[in-house]
Amino acid sequence: MLRYFLARLAGAIPTLFVIVTVTFFLIRAAPGGPFDQEQTLPPEIMANLESAYGLDQPILTQYGRYLYALAHGDFGPSFKYKDFSVTELIAQGFPVTFEIGSLAMALALLLGIPIGTFAALRHNSAADYAAMSLAVVGIAIPSFVVLPFLGLLFGIRVHWLPVAGWEPGSMRYLVLPVAALALPPLSVIARLTRANMLEILRSHFIRTAVAKGLPLRIVIWRHAMRPALLPVASYLAPAVASIMTGSLVVESIAGLPGIGRYMVQGALNRDYTLVLGMVIIYSTLLIVMGLLVDLLYAWLDPRVRLER
Amino acid sequence: MSGLFSDVLRRLRSNRGAMCALFVALGIVALTLAGPWFNPNGSQALDWSHVASQPALQSAHWFGTDRLGRDLFSRTLEGTRVSLAVGLLASAVSLLVGIGYGAVAGYVGGRTDHAMMRIIEILSGLPLIFFVIFLTVVLGRNEYILFLSIGAVGWLTMARIVRGQTLSIRRREFIEAAVASGAGTARIIAKHVIPNVIGPVIVYATLTVPQIIMFESFLSFLGLGIQEPHASLGTLIAEGAGEMEAAPWILLVPGGFLAVLLLSLNILGDGLRDALDSNER
Repeated sequence: MLRYFLARLAGAIPTLFVIVTVTFFLIRAAPGGPFDQEQTLPPEIMANLESAYGLDQPILTQYGRYLYALAHGDFGPSFKYKDFSVTELIAQGFPVTFEIGSLAMALALLLGIPIGTFAALRHNSAADYAAMSLAVVGIAIPSFVVLPFLGLLFGIRVHWLPVAGWEPGSMRYLVLPVAALALPPLSVIARLTRANMLEILRSHFIRTAVAKGLPLRIVIWRHAMRPALLPVASYLAPAVASIMTGSLVVESIAGLPGIGRYMVQGALNRDYTLVLGMVIIYSTLLIVMGLLVDLLYAWLDPRVRLER
Repeated sequence: MSGLFSDVLRRLRSNRGAMCALFVALGIVALTLAGPWFNPNGSQALDWSHVASQPALQSAHWFGTDRLGRDLFSRTLEGTRVSLAVGLLASAVSLLVGIGYGAVAGYVGGRTDHAMMRIIEILSGLPLIFFVIFLTVVLGRNEYILFLSIGAVGWLTMARIVRGQTLSIRRREFIEAAVASGAGTARIIAKHVIPNVIGPVIVYATLTVPQIIMFESFLSFLGLGIQEPHASLGTLIAEGAGEMEAAPWILLVPGGFLAVLLLSLNILGDGLRDALDSNER
């Protein structure tokens, strides 16, 4: 198991290398540069700036230097946020993004699976229809509509929760953004769980378990749950991607100091190093998540063999 | 082919939710097309005597106005029209690319198929929104590039579906007959494979329309899509989210339109899918 884990991690390095390379040259190919402003700078100052950041070197030299620094764990200086290195910016914002992201994921799983199971057990009942209608709403309506609506409802109509803002350690500010972020994956998970649970409840081994007199609760927990969760496990990686993209807008609506804003701002400002840093962080997260999903899959389904 | 379509139609008609969704979606489309005739206010005209005024049926502005005194009803209708147009065009792009790619992969098969599907697998594992952000930033903000880049991202599922359909007809007699009569691979794919898979594939294409509308609004919300003075629903929602406390209707009107539109298209799509494979219930 450990060997497999390490081999997969090592296998991620070439993938990351390709992603970094493509991003590096793509963002460089974009018109404009990080020091473009309303007023054009005098050419001398421009030249000074460019040489200070090494932009006057041939592009391959810059690429080599960037890779060298990266291999030493240095993401380089930010071009737009003067006095900050990309490492500092990410280190400041990442905990916030990670907190709301993981809370949203936990919420989606902890509510989605029970709701799906419940709906499957009450197949074609009013509760089933209600849950599935809610799931359609959750899938159809994007988080950047849900969050302002929730804000209007809970922040402005009744003053229960703050609409936006952030205080370290205070959960009140996180409730609405996390809810908005969790809703789409929650709905997908509920639907997936329901559909698979329905299929599994009809299968022979469940009928046998019921026939030998096991209480329904034990049948569900011990026999039906594991196979029903397989598709949910393989949905986890897309779920992480959806929460990541959702956090781009949710953070900006809720005014959370996460790293979501750096992606779009960095790309618009041509903040080369910041964009690269963000791409690396996000791809690493996704790769690690994919790996965890594979491990989880092997645990859920003993027929899957990881060692090759 | 007509047999398939009438079957699908019959099953769809018995699905009450999907039929309601169909009428709601058609209603929205009709409203965006016919709305301007019932509304004297242009979408760009500034009415300085009614800046950020509340919605009221007896006033000149049914849904109120925004910060610049522009009529929210006509702006929302225009935004919906833009969103729908982007959704349809980008779906068409993804349909074209997906059909070509999927038909080739499915018909040629073997190692080519394996490699082509592997590429799709890799691409669909990545958060594609980042690529679209990148494309729009690198290539400049332009509506045609927006259609292209969203469509270029949406073709993955389409290609998978087309491949599946192609595999199912690949060994049929009429293909064999075409091979026996000496037709080349390209000709068989164009003349025999694609016409026979296109029916179900077009039905599936309706499923991608709401996804693409959502994607486009997301981009416009971030300020990467449709630019002022034009607006899509995403742009309007971004504007409204900033005014939420003082003038909630600037958010509620376009947000409500987008929510209803996406909801009805999703329900309709689910209904169509159920109607298409009746065994998956």
